[in-house]
Amino acid sequence: MSKKILLDSKKINLILSRLVYELIENHKDFKDTVLIGLQPRGVYLFNQILKVFETNHPKIKIKSGILDFTFFRDDFRRTEKTLSANSTQINFTLENKRIVLIDDVLFTGRSIKAAMSAIDSYGRPKSIELLVLVDRRFKREIPIEANYCGTKIDTFKGDKVKVIWDDKPLNNKVFIES
Amino acid sequence: MRKLSVDHLHGIKFLNKADVDLIFNTALNFKEVINRPIKKVPTLRDITIANLFFENSTRTKISFELAQKRLGADVINFSSSSSSVKKGESLIDTVNNILAMKVDMIVLRHPNPGSSILLSKHTESCIINAGDGAHEHPTQALLDSFSIFEKTGDLKGKNILIVGDILHSRVALSNLYLLNLLGANVKVSCPLSLVPKDIEKLNVSVEPDIQKALRWCDAVNVLRVQRERMIKSYFPDNREYSMLFGLDENKISSIKKDILILHPGPINRGVEITSDLVESNNSIILEQVENGVAIRMAIMYLLASKLNFSINE
Repeated sequence: MSKKILLDSKKINLILSRLVYELIENHKDFKDTVLIGLQPRGVYLFNQILKVFETNHPKIKIKSGILDFTFFRDDFRRTEKTLSANSTQINFTLENKRIVLIDDVLFTGRSIKAAMSAIDSYGRPKSIELLVLVDRRFKREIPIEANYCGTKIDTFKGDKVKVIWDDKPLNNKVFIES
Repeated sequence: MRKLSVDHLHGIKFLNKADVDLIFNTALNFKEVINRPIKKVPTLRDITIANLFFENSTRTKISFELAQKRLGADVINFSSSSSSVKKGESLIDTVNNILAMKVDMIVLRHPNPGSSILLSKHTESCIINAGDGAHEHPTQALLDSFSIFEKTGDLKGKNILIVGDILHSRVALSNLYLLNLLGANVKVSCPLSLVPKDIEKLNVSVEPDIQKALRWCDAVNVLRVQRERMIKSYFPDNREYSMLFGLDENKISSIKKDILILHPGPINRGVEITSDLVESNNSIILEQVENGVAIRMAIMYLLASKLNFSINE
């Protein structure tokens, strides 16, 4: 098994501040915008994005929440494992809100499809966008694309893309295992 | 993620601690789901569940049906009073006929103890026991402990008191099994004529002095006197029972501490508990009802995930 570093902490930091600038460009004052971190792995990236807002753009007030979409997944009873749910923290309606879903890696697109179905439980949003750190392009099984993307990579089917968020930011990295 | 160690839910006796932890954690997720503006998930959309109630039930039946609908399952309801059971059909024949219509899961309430076990041996379906005679009522015990768990955290070392008709209560037996499994200390308080034989083998002590028992406990689960299951008289009358074992404001205020009050329903106000206590701040009776839906969703979700999936190509 070989490991190849795709992004080190320096590149990740550059990407994070670029993604935040892209969000600001499209959402201006974030009045009707809600950032939603997707359980489980997307929550780490979501927290990093919020941290960049707090540090670099403290005047912008962000409304945010965390969504678990386990009960909306399309592979229930199709795997050996029981699908395990995580907590959801959305204590407000998403009716007419501009939603930005945040996940670490975009692969088949099925998770995002499930997340979009789950979002409907909180009302009918005005729009839904997707922000990801890594886009494994040409691997989609569903026509879903990211609006904000950290980096795009080409991978083989058996490859694993891992995003490591460490307590020490210098150790943050993205690598590919093949 | 782990799976349940069982393929049916016959009783708490057949579960282990890891199963209960899994059910509680899953129920926490479903409790959030049933508090969303749209309270429905599509997880069991390809599952059909039959509720077979051979005994009267209001809240358990509604709770199961609501849980099934919240999970997106198809539901059929059956009650023995309006069925071919009246024409002499056996339980196994009735269920096999229903299963022939491609039903995946059965929720069974039956007056005979062990009926859900019997049924699972003669049918191909996943069975959930919703009460079998005076034997077990596992989902009620799970929601009772879950309600205490939500308020106090881990039940290990907590003092739990059960007051009422222990002898005839399936809720009591399931609760005793579960509280033992969770490491709680358990006492029962009731007329000695309503204490089952060999109860001490379940790690339970009997405290006939209710004031003493209330002072000791962190939570009290009050059970109804089950007149319909009594074949003889176990105490003189309701008035005497109420004076000695009925919970009222005087008994609670004299212990000078806050305890949680639970009741699985239906309540006979003024007999085992007074109206003011039912509606007091210490009462978590309505939270039990809400938690019942979440617990039943969790159990059906976890059992359904063990059903084989097949699409005929």
